[in-house]
Amino acid sequence: MIRTLLLTTLLAGPALADEIWVTNEMDDTVSVIDAKTLTLKTTYPTGERPRGVTFSKDFKYLFICASDSDAVQVMDPNTGEILHDLPSGEDPEQFVLSPDNRTLYIANEDDAITTVVDTETRRVVAQIDVGVEPEGMGISPDGAIQVTTSETTNMAHWIDTASHKIISNSLVDSRPRHAEFSPDGAQLWVSSEIGGTVTVFDTETKAEIGKISFEIKGVQPEKLQPVGMKFSPDATRVFVALGPANHLAVINVADLSVEKYILVGRRVWHMAISPDQTRLFTTNGVSGDVTAIDLASLEPVATIQVGRFPWGAAARPTDN
Amino acid sequence: MSAARALGAILMREAARFVTQRERFFAALVRPLVWLFVFAAGFRAALGLSIQPPYRTYITYETYIAPGLCGMILLFSAMQSSLSLVNDRESGVMRLMLTAPWPRWFLLGAKLLAGALVGLIQVAAFLAIAALYGIKFTWAGYGAMLPAAALSALMLGALGLVLSARVRQLENFAGIMNFVIFPMFFLSSALYPIWKMQESSPLLAWICRINPFTHGVELIRFALYGQLNALALAVVCGAGALFFALALWGYEPARTKG
Repeated sequence: MIRTLLLTTLLAGPALADEIWVTNEMDDTVSVIDAKTLTLKTTYPTGERPRGVTFSKDFKYLFICASDSDAVQVMDPNTGEILHDLPSGEDPEQFVLSPDNRTLYIANEDDAITTVVDTETRRVVAQIDVGVEPEGMGISPDGAIQVTTSETTNMAHWIDTASHKIISNSLVDSRPRHAEFSPDGAQLWVSSEIGGTVTVFDTETKAEIGKISFEIKGVQPEKLQPVGMKFSPDATRVFVALGPANHLAVINVADLSVEKYILVGRRVWHMAISPDQTRLFTTNGVSGDVTAIDLASLEPVATIQVGRFPWGAAARPTDN
Repeated sequence: MSAARALGAILMREAARFVTQRERFFAALVRPLVWLFVFAAGFRAALGLSIQPPYRTYITYETYIAPGLCGMILLFSAMQSSLSLVNDRESGVMRLMLTAPWPRWFLLGAKLLAGALVGLIQVAAFLAIAALYGIKFTWAGYGAMLPAAALSALMLGALGLVLSARVRQLENFAGIMNFVIFPMFFLSSALYPIWKMQESSPLLAWICRINPFTHGVELIRFALYGQLNALALAVVCGAGALFFALALWGYEPARTKG
């Protein structure tokens, strides 16, 4: 116990002021939120219609999908300066960074391809034909399998990252928008926005393990549109953003049951967990804000105003 | 007879009335619970209300009206308490009480205190049931709520005293109650945020803002979140003092003859 505490203290080093970075789709900016004080720290301009956002594993770079600029932008998070653009193909909406911290897999919504980019040489390594309107991007923890979901084809495409070939396709419900591997890599979760379900697959067999649907008293069923998903730090729960239902669903991973619904802002898209793993942050598109949820009590703590139509979210620890 | 004994006697009498009239207690609880379970559920605001202080995030309608329903309990309780004064007057108990060798303000104050206590017990029971239903606050919030609700109860109780001084018969009092309770409750922030009222009618919103009951509800609402609404506190204390002064004036011997 003491050893763990000591280790944690040593690893934590100086007081960490964690940050949550949020892309504002309509404002062409990223907002930076102080994850402790729950206040807006600063806002930086980006390319047009920023959506997907992620940090490099060392938190030195922020990658931003500037959809309408047809580029993935690389930002220095310490200065907010755009360092350079990466080739991305047209209309990049979502991407995922490989565990190798170098390869970026980008969904090109208009061209029905997944573009593989080397962030160091800044070159396109491969382009893989997938279904119509690819969007959801997940990668297995060992980096061996990348999954692209295509919104119109209603499929999850399993791509072998060594050969850049599709090795399998899994049919899911209408308009799959997000794919997420469990931290141990054993399961793949895919959310279907119009179908209103989340499908869980076994990574090994690629067989469907289960399907989750949602129900909130007083909310019309067609408003229950699952999009973003996030595993809890201990991987026992999955948080599912339910879009215009203005709620998150908390799913028990063990039996795939819905434990709870949490009220957040309007049209909730995606989430990020604070680096100290105490809070979950949601982007609420229509209400233009971010709701912070305490992970211990699963209660919303505060809602912070950001720019117009916040979409993607990413977290970084910072030494201050 | 010491002051404490006189106060104790009045409190005991109110307590006895409260205990013996068990249905009154249940009726007082059922009313706000029906609002909470039926009205709030039917309102379909499951998608959340806009954020305004003291709230820091989106809330359901049930959460919003909980403090308003606490106010409703206190309002009904205060009116019930003053109704019993009219009853006392008719039955002659009041003459007995007022001839006790204690100043009028003390006797009326004791009566006021007794009524407020009964109201507070009802509020506590209501919040306990609401917590079981899922509308919870922090312990600090519940702690801060007590003095806030007590002040609101005293203010509303004092208003009840003013009315009871003016009304001679029980029959008339029922009418007065309808004229006081319903406008006070509906034209306040208890059921709807005032900004919502503002959208439909600036005049109604203005009435809501000057309604002392609104401030009683807001004082309780902020307290439940560990915050102090200074304006509400000032209005509740000011209105409470004014009503009590009016009640003393109304109960002057020259005016209560007959």
